[in-house]
Amino acid sequence: MLKCRTVWRKLAPLAKCSSTLCRQNVRRTGLNNGRTPVCVPAARMSTGPVGGGGDNLKYALLVGAVSAGGLLYAVVTMKSDQRRYKERMEELSTRPQKTSITEQTQSEPPAVPEDQPAAAPSIEETSSPAEAEAPKEETAPEVTDTPPADEPVLEVSPEEAAAAVPVVEEEPLVSSEPPPSELSEPPPVVESVVLAEPAAAEPPAAEPPEPQPEVLVESVVDSTPVSLKLPSHAPYLLIGGGTASFAAARSIRARDPGAKVLIVTDEPDLPYMRPPLSKELWFSDDPAVTETLRFKQWNGKERSIYFQPPSFYIRPEDLEGAENGGVAVLNNRKVVYMDVRGNKVKLDDDTEISYDKCLIATGGIPRNLQVIERAGEDVMKKTTLFRKIEDFKSLDKVSRNVKSVTIIGGGFLGSELACALGRRSTESGLEVIQMFPEKGNMGKVLPEYLSNWTTEKVKTEGVKVLTEALVKSVNCKDDKLEIRLKDGRVVTTDHIVAAVGLEPNVDLAKSAGLEVDSDFGGYRVNAELQARSNIWVAGDAACFYDIRLGRRRVEHHDHAVVSGRLAGENMTGASKPYWHQSMFWSDLGPDVGYEAIGIVDSSLPTVGVFAKATAKDTPKAATEKSGTGIRSESETEDTAVSPVASDTPSPAAEHKDDFGKGVIFYLRDKVVVGIILWNVFNRMPIARKIIKDGEEHADLNEVAKLFNIHED
Amino acid sequence: MSYCREDGKDRIIFVTKEDHEAPSNAELIADDPNDPYEEQGLILPDGGINWNCPCLGGMASGPCGTQFKEAFSCFHYSKEEVKGSECIDKFRSMQECMQRFPELYPQEDDKEESAPAGSSASDSDSSPTASEESPETLPPTDEQTAS
Repeated sequence: MLKCRTVWRKLAPLAKCSSTLCRQNVRRTGLNNGRTPVCVPAARMSTGPVGGGGDNLKYALLVGAVSAGGLLYAVVTMKSDQRRYKERMEELSTRPQKTSITEQTQSEPPAVPEDQPAAAPSIEETSSPAEAEAPKEETAPEVTDTPPADEPVLEVSPEEAAAAVPVVEEEPLVSSEPPPSELSEPPPVVESVVLAEPAAAEPPAAEPPEPQPEVLVESVVDSTPVSLKLPSHAPYLLIGGGTASFAAARSIRARDPGAKVLIVTDEPDLPYMRPPLSKELWFSDDPAVTETLRFKQWNGKERSIYFQPPSFYIRPEDLEGAENGGVAVLNNRKVVYMDVRGNKVKLDDDTEISYDKCLIATGGIPRNLQVIERAGEDVMKKTTLFRKIEDFKSLDKVSRNVKSVTIIGGGFLGSELACALGRRSTESGLEVIQMFPEKGNMGKVLPEYLSNWTTEKVKTEGVKVLTEALVKSVNCKDDKLEIRLKDGRVVTTDHIVAAVGLEPNVDLAKSAGLEVDSDFGGYRVNAELQARSNIWVAGDAACFYDIRLGRRRVEHHDHAVVSGRLAGENMTGASKPYWHQSMFWSDLGPDVGYEAIGIVDSSLPTVGVFAKATAKDTPKAATEKSGTGIRSESETEDTAVSPVASDTPSPAAEHKDDFGKGVIFYLRDKVVVGIILWNVFNRMPIARKIIKDGEEHADLNEVAKLFNIHED
Repeated sequence: MSYCREDGKDRIIFVTKEDHEAPSNAELIADDPNDPYEEQGLILPDGGINWNCPCLGGMASGPCGTQFKEAFSCFHYSKEEVKGSECIDKFRSMQECMQRFPELYPQEDDKEESAPAGSSASDSDSSPTASEESPETLPPTDEQTAS
């Protein structure tokens, strides 16, 4: 660019001169209308100078300077292109696809002699055929091997040659060798197709590298009948293939007709929902459940954990050509680098994909205890960090083969798994132990009295619960694990499941220059879930600003749906803030279930209003009544679902405890910021309204009346 | 009778049915039906269709989304005496599309066609049940939790 400036400086005075000349001439002709204009000689050549003798020189200088400047620029660009090209070649040549190399070395020597006649005669040949050293950026003629690729490419070379005519520089335009591995591709060899894209023809006119894959894409696609090519541009790129990502994809498709959405995920599976992995799938009677991943909802209907069957999606290769767009999922690829300025990402196989709008929904990875990590390979092999489908499959297998399993962690996941495995223990004699530092299950969520009550319930499910247990060390002895607690207790077990939290995945923060929140973790985004101009974040990884409740990060399924949907809306131009409060739920066995919304933190002061429960107040009854299997659906999909009214056939469960059903309010500065509906169902809209209002209520008993807790 | 007890910072109130019989005097702020932030139902305040409504499931976003949108829009804005009578072709093309994806759209064609009819808040008695059932059976796999 500096060159341009210097060139312009050179030309400026000349330009001024010539322009004044022109103006003068025009004026003269105008004024001398009718009379023979003196200064426009009749028999001049069209390319001759406009004015008199001295102007000849100026004109010649002008032309010369322009062409010199142009050439200089072209040379510089080509040189830098060469450099980039060389680097790229080296990069690519380290790739494992060496099979194509030998074929191509052979095809090269014949290609080389062809090149030379094509080159401009004034260009010298600088390198010998055998050398792979000086990569030429004009590799176009090489691709003459593949006939369809000829035309776009050969057109380029004559142009290039023409531009270089006036001055003979040492542009190694045509003759030098491309490195053996990458250029001409024998059409059927699919790997070389992928390699050839970035490899061949850096267009001489100094285009940025990105369009090249596209240019070559077209020519390559023509030549290869089986195109296994990934899209190089996705209008909507979603990083991560979980709940939030799927919700966003659906939202985008609903709002932008014909949208083309590409989901990139490092998992081998299509998007699926997680809650059944720690709940319903464990209660299934089907022995093949680990394969089918189908579960029976309480109302008897079966469904898969996958949001949609494979036929819903289109293949990534077909995305660009899809007339009405679609959602494509690219599995087993990880995004490792994000270029925000260039609006593109790079995958772990070096593919680059550019985007218009991007969503980061990378979720997180389960945390592990340091003591386990330090304990070595033997212990790690007997430890499960539970999150994905493969973890479910492996834990299912393990639980059938071992005698004792210990769950470390007393939160949602830990307690649900403990209950699920505890159920199994009644049939198989499996010993299930759960240990955590708090005083009771869900100790960080439920107020103490309720947490204690819940712990008792979990114990009745067949789980040995160890409270106030801090793990000091874990050792592997005689093929069993020995867990030593700080207070001296020792637990011997066969397998450990660690459910101690989720670490949000912020790997891309560095390359993308995105802010990471230090309080909650995750990418910091605004109330509209936006991190930067074209980048949104949703789901577990998003630390967002909730207009009502302040900045937070939520790790629940419904939040992933709500935030994913909102992000999708905002990616299609909606500009809506996070407003619709998400909820969450948990079932601890068939008798204890609750739904919650807002900030539910046991350190806040709470007010609980309870009534005595009857047999009808169980999670089972609630879902039977509303006809849905997953509770958060029951409120919004009620237009689509016919209520199946049925009475619970099961005998009335004896609730000797006081806390049969009720409502618990969580207060912050006297305002209700969180509500738990304890064994009270289908009242979530009222709870949502109370939180949305954000009012100070003098008597919460009056507020509790709104819930009609005594009714069904 | 209700009674109250304190457990540290937590308050616990036990109430009987009688205690809660009197209507609540808690005040809730009236909702603005045109609040742009709120999640909207199927029909937007301006009369248009909210394709992102959870009640539609994945109908508007799947492979047959375009056909579905066209058919349903035609029906929705239809002013004919028999509503939607001029939209037969669009429904047919939607049906043809759906037949290509039997996994996604289980073949209950009659219910399919009456589904948009029912869910657009029209009134014949038979259609509500049909519409209520069909989106549910539509793709049993295509439920997305929403709230």
